[in-house]
Amino acid sequence: MAADQNGQRSLGEGAMLTLCNISAGYGSFRALFDVSLEVGAGEAIGVVGPNGAGKSTLMRVISGMLRASSGELVFEGRPLTHVPAHRIVEAGIAHVPEHRRLFARLTVEENLRIGAFLPQARRHYVERSEWVYALFPRLLERRRQLAGTLSGGEQQMVAIGRALMSKPKLLLMDEPSAGLAPLVVDQVFDLVRRIREEGYTVLIVEQNLQQVLDVVDRAYLLEVGRIRLSGLSAELKKNPAIRKAYIGL
Amino acid sequence: MDIYLFEAIINGILLGGVLALLALGLNLIFGVIDVVWICYAELVMCGMYMIFWLHSFFGWPILLASFAAILGVAGLGVLLHLLVISPILGSAPINQLLATGGMLFFLQSLATLLFGTDFRNIGVRLPLIELGDIFISYSRLLAFGTALIGAVALYLFLSRTYLGIAMRAIAQDREIMGLMGVDQRRVYLITSAVGGALAGLAACLLVLQYDVHPFIGLSFGPITFMICVLGGLGNMIGGFIAAFVMSQIIAVGGYYFSIEISYVLAFVFFIVLMFIRPQGLLAR
Repeated sequence: MAADQNGQRSLGEGAMLTLCNISAGYGSFRALFDVSLEVGAGEAIGVVGPNGAGKSTLMRVISGMLRASSGELVFEGRPLTHVPAHRIVEAGIAHVPEHRRLFARLTVEENLRIGAFLPQARRHYVERSEWVYALFPRLLERRRQLAGTLSGGEQQMVAIGRALMSKPKLLLMDEPSAGLAPLVVDQVFDLVRRIREEGYTVLIVEQNLQQVLDVVDRAYLLEVGRIRLSGLSAELKKNPAIRKAYIGL
Repeated sequence: MDIYLFEAIINGILLGGVLALLALGLNLIFGVIDVVWICYAELVMCGMYMIFWLHSFFGWPILLASFAAILGVAGLGVLLHLLVISPILGSAPINQLLATGGMLFFLQSLATLLFGTDFRNIGVRLPLIELGDIFISYSRLLAFGTALIGAVALYLFLSRTYLGIAMRAIAQDREIMGLMGVDQRRVYLITSAVGGALAGLAACLLVLQYDVHPFIGLSFGPITFMICVLGGLGNMIGGFIAAFVMSQIIAVGGYYFSIEISYVLAFVFFIVLMFIRPQGLLAR
């Protein structure tokens, strides 16, 4: 699946999601410069890099929260470059936003209901919610509790569950380990593994390079808005520059 | 207990029902769209004129005219959103207040121009109900009952339906609603229609008790705003409770002093409470 292994491959062919020379920013500030990447069906891809590299901006462009100033975004052969966010969910991309962004004054169950807002998702609400509760039994115990009263790890479960309610083909996860205690971070990465095993395609943005490279197949290194490096996780883990700068060895 | 005091308390509760309905509508709009419709009571005035003309002039049965007015004011709410609110959604709150405040004068003047300043009455006289020594106005009882049904319907809508939950969620985090597949503009339009329909329902209930004239909104508008602020702006339950607190002050104050003094008391109570709890009774 990996583009690196196949060598030359025309853009978009076979890939589920293709970004081609995407640039984006806020006002006169440019956060992304000609970013290109590919996600194949069934793959787990990481986008890693330091704080302020443009990782979250990249996620926001993919899910339509932010418009790209130039470049192309293609999902399953459909151009999605200037499509509003609510249509992108319909196309099958769900986004677990940075800092979880739960509706704190709604219950866990209501947060999941919102995740199934689309008509196509509403029809399957009961089976989907049962599936999410099976994945996260803790949420079943707390389903009548206000989301704002949960612990950080539990909130992350709700955020992931809420995104899964729309039965996406591609799950975007923005810094799922941010702000969580080390033990909980391990749990979150276990969650990512379980979601992968369920057959989801995952694009995950993380600062926590070492742990994310253990879960994903391939990764891109993003620095100051540009892709610096890309490759299989195993290769990146061995890359001396990465080891020096990010893993601390 | 003094029978007249008891009657005043009952009347206060009945008045509270309609005020609560108005407060719910205004709170819904504020909570979801984050805009205050200063001209809310003027929408009620428009609804009262609709019923008056449809019933008295075109001879529609009162129930049909009422139903048409609810739909009509819901339509006005949508128009207000599309023409006035939507273009200035991103601008400073003060500009939004000025725009909807301008609509207040526009609607008053338009009504004066179209209908003159005459007091119009639909001529429906509902009987008084006699309970022992107490007289209760049937139209007030009807207004109270209907307002309560409206409030319960709104509660069920907001707590049970996907759209209702989305409306409560949107007030908490606007930006990510798109990620949930929710089209904000559509939710805003539906909210404006529901807020308008509540004003229309209030119009149906008020037209049974009061004459219509272009400035009737001034009798309900200020007190509705006070109720919303008192309950915590955007807080539905707070507004609902505050409506009954205010209506009791007005009714019981009217029994001990006079109706004019009772409004003064209500405003004083409001001002004092704003010093003690500026965030409202039940601020979130």
